[in-house]
Amino acid sequence: MKVPPDRRYAETHEWFLLDDTIVTMGISQYAADELTDITYVELPEVGTRVTVGDVIGEVESVKATSEIFTAVGGTVVAVNTALVDHPEVINEDAFEEGWMVKIKADVLDPLHALMTGKEYATFVRNIA
Amino acid sequence: MTDTLLKTPFHDIHLAMGARMVEFAGWEMPVQFAGIVEEHNHTRTACSVFDVSHMGRLRIVGADAESFLNRICTRNLAGAEVSRSFYSHICREDGGILDDVIVSRFATHWGIICNASNRDKIVAWLHQHAQGLNLQIADETTATAMVACQGPKTLEIAKELTGDDLTTLKRYHFTVRDLGPLQIITYRSGYTGEDGLEVVLPAPLVSFLVPKLFGTKEQPQPVVKPAGLGARDTLRIEAAMPLYGHELSEEVDSLTAGLAWCVDLHKDFIGVEPMRRLNERGLPRKLVGLELDGRRIARQHSTVYGGGLAVGEVTSGTLSPTLGKSIAMAFVTAGSASDGTALEVEVSGKRVPTKVVKMPFYKRPR
Repeated sequence: MKVPPDRRYAETHEWFLLDDTIVTMGISQYAADELTDITYVELPEVGTRVTVGDVIGEVESVKATSEIFTAVGGTVVAVNTALVDHPEVINEDAFEEGWMVKIKADVLDPLHALMTGKEYATFVRNIA
Repeated sequence: MTDTLLKTPFHDIHLAMGARMVEFAGWEMPVQFAGIVEEHNHTRTACSVFDVSHMGRLRIVGADAESFLNRICTRNLAGAEVSRSFYSHICREDGGILDDVIVSRFATHWGIICNASNRDKIVAWLHQHAQGLNLQIADETTATAMVACQGPKTLEIAKELTGDDLTTLKRYHFTVRDLGPLQIITYRSGYTGEDGLEVVLPAPLVSFLVPKLFGTKEQPQPVVKPAGLGARDTLRIEAAMPLYGHELSEEVDSLTAGLAWCVDLHKDFIGVEPMRRLNERGLPRKLVGLELDGRRIARQHSTVYGGGLAVGEVTSGTLSPTLGKSIAMAFVTAGSASDGTALEVEVSGKRVPTKVVKMPFYKRPR
C-alpha cells in the first residue's frame, strides 16, 4: 500500500500535510478503499473556525458514513468543492486530487503526536 | 480474518480474484471485487456471479414432509408440483418472522434454502416441530456450494457453457442434473431484480466450474465477472427485495412486511392466528419505499418524520447506482404510507425531505 512519507496520519485515517502554516487534509487511500465507493462528501465552509478534535466533515459510501476529524486548530481557508459533485475522486486518488480542506493553522502541536507515513503503514497492516 | 470463520468452497478463488473479505453471519465472504458500483452495473447489463454458499441448504425426506412443511411455512405447499420452488416465511406462533426461505419440491424430497444468519435457529425449529413425525432433516450446507448467476446475459452464457437452453425454465422452477450420486440443481431465480440462475452443486465440483465460468487468467471470460455482498445489497434494495435483519425480523409479521402474497391465511400454519386478526383489523404500519432529496443515504434505524412527529424507521437505504437517487425502505404508520406522502428522514442529525414512492425502485426491462 502506498503511503506518502511527507505527511502525518491520525488513527481515524485522516492525513495532514503541512506547508508553512497551511495544513491540507484528507483521508487515506486505505480509508477510502475500506469505505468503498464514496457517494457523498460534506465539507465545512471557507472561514469556519475549527479546534483540535472537531468534526469538520463527513464522507459517505454505499457501505458506511464516516466523520472527518481535524488534528489542528485554525481557520478553513479552502475546500475542495470538486468533491461535492465527484466524491469518487477520493476513491481514485485520496492523497492528491481527493484532498478535502486547507486550514490556516494556529494550533499545530498535535500534528507532531500523529503517526508518520511509516508508522501509519504499520498501523494499517496490523488492523487489516 | 480469524480462523473460526466458515469458508465456502470458493474461498481460495475469491482471494485469487482480489476479493476484499468480510465476516458475514459467521462466514468469511467477499464484500467486493472490482468495486460495489461497478459490480452492480455489470449485473444490470451482463452477468455477475455471486457466491451464496453461506446460505443454508436443508433436505427434508419422509412421508410427513409435505404436511410438516405446510404447517411450518406461510405459503401453501399442498400438492406442489415437482420442480417448483416457493418463496415463503417461517414464523413464530405470534407471527414474528423467523426466516424467509425458498422451499423446493423435488420428486423424492423437499429442500429449504435459508439465510446463513438463521440456519442454526431454523434447523432447531424444524427439529422441534418434527418430533414424532415420519421425516428426516439433513443439513447439506457444507457439502454443497451455491452460486447466483445474475444479469440479462446469464441464460445466453449458460447455453454457451452447458449447451442447455434454459429460456423455457420458468421463474421459480428448477431442473436437476444427476451425476451418479451427486446432483446439480439449477433454479431460475435470484435476489437482484435481474433474470438469472441459482445453482446448487456438490462442493468438490467448484474447482471444475470456476475456469468454465470465469475463463482462465490467460483467457478470461469477458461477460462473466464475480460480484460480492456489497453489490448484492444495492441490487436487492433497488429491486425492493427484503433482507432478514432489515425488513424482516422476529418483531415483524409477513403482512406488515408487505409480503401477503407469500401467506395463505386460509390454511393452518404456525403464526396464522395473529396474522388473520391483523388482516381483519388492518395494518397499523407498513413497509414503504422512500426517495430522499440529495445524495445522502438513509441508514437502518434512521427515524422517519411526518408533520414533525416520528412516524417510522428506515430498514435499508442506499444511493441507487442505476437511478442515481437516494432510496430507502422504511416501516411507517399506515397514515403516512400512501404514495407521494411527503416525509423527512433523519440523516446525520439533519432532516432530509423525502417522499413515499412505489416499489420496486427498479424494474428490469422485459
